[in-house]
Amino acid sequence: MSYLDYQVAQVPTGFRKILYINWPLVVLVVAVCCIGFLMLYSVAGGVLETWAEPQMYRFAVGMVIMLGLAFVPMWFWRGISVAAYVVCFLMLVAVDLFGTIGMGAQRWIDIGPVRVQPSELMKIALVLLLAAYYDWLDLRRVSRPIWVLIPVVLILAPTALVLMQPDLGTSIMLIAGGGIVMFAAGVSLWYFGAVIAAGVGLVAAVMKSRGTDWQLLKDYQFRRIDTFLDPSADPLGAGYNIIQSQIALGSGGWSGRGFMQGTQSRLNFLPEKHTDFIFTVLSEEFGFIGAFSLLTLYMLIVGFCLYSALSNRDRFASLITIGISGTFFLYFSINMATVMGLLPAKGSPLPLVSYGGTSLMILMLGFGLVQAAHVHRPR
Amino acid sequence: MKKTQRDIVDSNRRITRRGLMLAGIQIATVTTLALKLRSMQLDHAEEYRTLADGNSIKIRLLPPARGLILDRNGLIIAGNEQNYRVTLTREEAGGDVEPVLRRLAQLVPMPESRIDELLEEFSRRSAITPIVLADRLSWEEFSAIAVNAPSLPGVTPESALSRAYPRAGDFAHVMGYVGPVSDYDLSKIEDPEPVLLLPDFQLGKIGVEGRLEEVLRGKAGARRVEVNSTGREMRQLSRQEGEQGAAVQLTADAALQNYAAQRMGEESAAAVVIDCQTGELASICSSPSFDPNKFVRGISSADYRALMDHDHRPLADKTVQGVYPPGSTFKMVTLLAGLEAGVIDAGSRYFCPGYTELGTRRFHCWRRGGHGTVDAVKSLEESCDVYYYELAQRVGIDRIAEMARKLGLGTRHDLPMSAVAEGIAPDREWKQARYGQSWQIGDSLNASIGQGYVLASPLQLAVMTARIASGRRVDPQLIRSIDGVRQPVPDYPPLDIAESSLRVARAGMDAVMNSARGTARNSRIAREDWRMAGKTGTSQVRNITAAERARGVISNDQLPWERRDHALFVCYAPIEAPRYAVSVVVEHGGGGSAVAAPIARDILLFALNGGLPPPDAVPSDQRAAMEARHEAMQLYTPEPPRPGRSRA
Repeated sequence: MSYLDYQVAQVPTGFRKILYINWPLVVLVVAVCCIGFLMLYSVAGGVLETWAEPQMYRFAVGMVIMLGLAFVPMWFWRGISVAAYVVCFLMLVAVDLFGTIGMGAQRWIDIGPVRVQPSELMKIALVLLLAAYYDWLDLRRVSRPIWVLIPVVLILAPTALVLMQPDLGTSIMLIAGGGIVMFAAGVSLWYFGAVIAAGVGLVAAVMKSRGTDWQLLKDYQFRRIDTFLDPSADPLGAGYNIIQSQIALGSGGWSGRGFMQGTQSRLNFLPEKHTDFIFTVLSEEFGFIGAFSLLTLYMLIVGFCLYSALSNRDRFASLITIGISGTFFLYFSINMATVMGLLPAKGSPLPLVSYGGTSLMILMLGFGLVQAAHVHRPR
Repeated sequence: MKKTQRDIVDSNRRITRRGLMLAGIQIATVTTLALKLRSMQLDHAEEYRTLADGNSIKIRLLPPARGLILDRNGLIIAGNEQNYRVTLTREEAGGDVEPVLRRLAQLVPMPESRIDELLEEFSRRSAITPIVLADRLSWEEFSAIAVNAPSLPGVTPESALSRAYPRAGDFAHVMGYVGPVSDYDLSKIEDPEPVLLLPDFQLGKIGVEGRLEEVLRGKAGARRVEVNSTGREMRQLSRQEGEQGAAVQLTADAALQNYAAQRMGEESAAAVVIDCQTGELASICSSPSFDPNKFVRGISSADYRALMDHDHRPLADKTVQGVYPPGSTFKMVTLLAGLEAGVIDAGSRYFCPGYTELGTRRFHCWRRGGHGTVDAVKSLEESCDVYYYELAQRVGIDRIAEMARKLGLGTRHDLPMSAVAEGIAPDREWKQARYGQSWQIGDSLNASIGQGYVLASPLQLAVMTARIASGRRVDPQLIRSIDGVRQPVPDYPPLDIAESSLRVARAGMDAVMNSARGTARNSRIAREDWRMAGKTGTSQVRNITAAERARGVISNDQLPWERRDHALFVCYAPIEAPRYAVSVVVEHGGGGSAVAAPIARDILLFALNGGLPPPDAVPSDQRAAMEARHEAMQLYTPEPPRPGRSRA
């Protein structure tokens, strides 16, 4: 204990904090982002202005946010966690209201010149609130039903709002993100077992309901499931994206076709090649070596976060780090699994690589929190 | 609630445990991803690579240049010309084509109706389909568009080969024409070559173009291009030129063909010139003609209507499709049948009182007063009908029909032209099959002078004449060589007719031209070394009733055009060593000797001389008229063929 006590006195202050930032993590994030710029340049056919350059500007802003947040002490985050959740929740309600008045599926809200996607912000806010909740909650009560019910409600309430937009992908990410924090906080595995069992039962019921009077999904939703199970059944229709993506990815081989040489992805065989399917471009042009390298970089990021979390004695900080890295993990693994045909096609970007401002900003904000937790860990 | 040191330790232990479990799940997940990646990129890379190449690399066919069609001297009858045109692709125009069209209309004349038509077409077709905006542009227009390309997004100036017929109408019926491949064409072809599916591929429709399509088409080349998923071409990877179709050389002579066409002028007529020994067709010409280039370019409905409504039927090929009662030109057949059957010999005579009575019916001779005593030669010389009425009753129709077939009538000659007619050489069996009626003796009488059921095409009449002249079973030939390979000339067997019989028929035909009472004496050739034999024919297209005959038969001049008699003439020369046989049919022309014979003689002379006939070839009183006629013609003077152009 004496070693730890000694460290507590050493919590850095002021600009000295810069020395305590988790620099390997920063380097990894920058490296992944650079891969992103490269791929966006390639996808645009060797043009910087189309996607790569705007993405670089956003990345620059994101770096400032990440490093800036690293200086913010944990008590501040603990203090605003409830407020952040409530604000995000109200924004979701607002979006739903405007959405019904406006043009159907609306996910954006305009606050002056800034365009915010509340559902993305909610991912961070939810992790923040749940971490604060479990930091506050007596350890012995963590698995008591009533204290399990509260975070479940906290998760499901915004999820329901997001689902109404409708945005199934983000809803699942919210549930998964919240679930990871609950899991890390030590909620009994029985609950998770029960949820998984219920999920499997629900899927079975849904599949069985097909063609009966009590059919639980619409026909087109069933067809989407069919496409996932057998993309080749409808190669020019719904299965097109998955098949094209698999062809491009597989044709990369061991070392790929070479930078800017990907025929499939650059020739518009792939839709959304600069966003959801950018991993395909990477895999085609740099082959297994490139794809596996990116996977390794991602795992290193997750690993560094996890190591930081496990070595952090501040429960709140640990849970935030695990929650954010877990969400990040879900992000890239879902995207990769999708383009490889392991999961049904569903629009989700490849974190830090895909073109898109909101996703990048939220991720940098998240890594800012991870850094803050790392910098301000008790010593 | 203040946390105790124990709580912190407890919390840390729990988070570590759960964190490690989470790490385990994550590692398992990533391992799954990596394994899938490995399976796709390492184990199955080849399969995906194959699929990927199929995806983006497309084979684009290059239409081959069509084989040339040449006349016997190597002059181009059907060639290929550069066609400058502009196409527009909607996708490349940025979706809105109208401003582009308006700007283009300032460079090439384009009426408002054409713009509306194009806009309508653009709205129907896919955005990536190039649509031809303007065709057959002049070089000036073409370069103006190329220079202004930046302000005309999506407009592509391009040049392609298109069929062209420099001899215009002269060979229209022989050649036929090419046109775009229709669904109907495709339905007729089993397993069509892919090149046929190109939007502007030209397929031979009729005539030689249609019949020798396989030879002329050539082999398509191919380009390997990279395309995107919308089918847009990104770049060309390789290019393999196609192989031009084989050149087809015809037996016909372009200069003679041109002369024949002009000699017939505006008459609705047909002329066939055949080599008596080889069967090669030196000319096969139907008049009036049409410009096949109009069909290649897409004929306007007004022009098409004009061709369809023309009472001289320019679109019909009268040489091989048209069948006519051969009239008196058929008399050689009946005569030879009689001689061969032994019913008559050269000296046998019949008396012609001007008619033959058969039961209650009277069959008239064309000369009301009759010819008196007629032998075989005189029967041809003066074309006595009664002689043949008498003969037919003794020979019988079946032997006449058999002789007709021997001489090439009533059989379909194998020529690479469209709708070659079989004609009719009627016999008992035929009438029974066709009408379910038994043959009447009157039918035989009509048939004996080439009326009634008998029908023959000018081609068949020419073949008949050539066979009589040469005594051999010559068949008509149209193709001299394919791809430089001379087509073999068959060694024709002798006709199964006694030479003595043929000599009687030839003597009769000689007398027609050269004796004092010959029906075509006016059309004889004056030069002894080209001495010519022939036979006139005038076939009725209407029945002359007894009542009309009593009043006096209305002369042709007073009848409407379409009710006048057909004028026919067959001839060959020189008599001693026959070279060319000619048949001419002038529809509703009137008398064979007055209308058809001079035309046939002039064409025959041109063929014999290999150019305009010398004045001393015709009787002195006709020289001035012939000179004047030739003066008025704008004849095609063939340039000597240039060796470099032969496969242009």
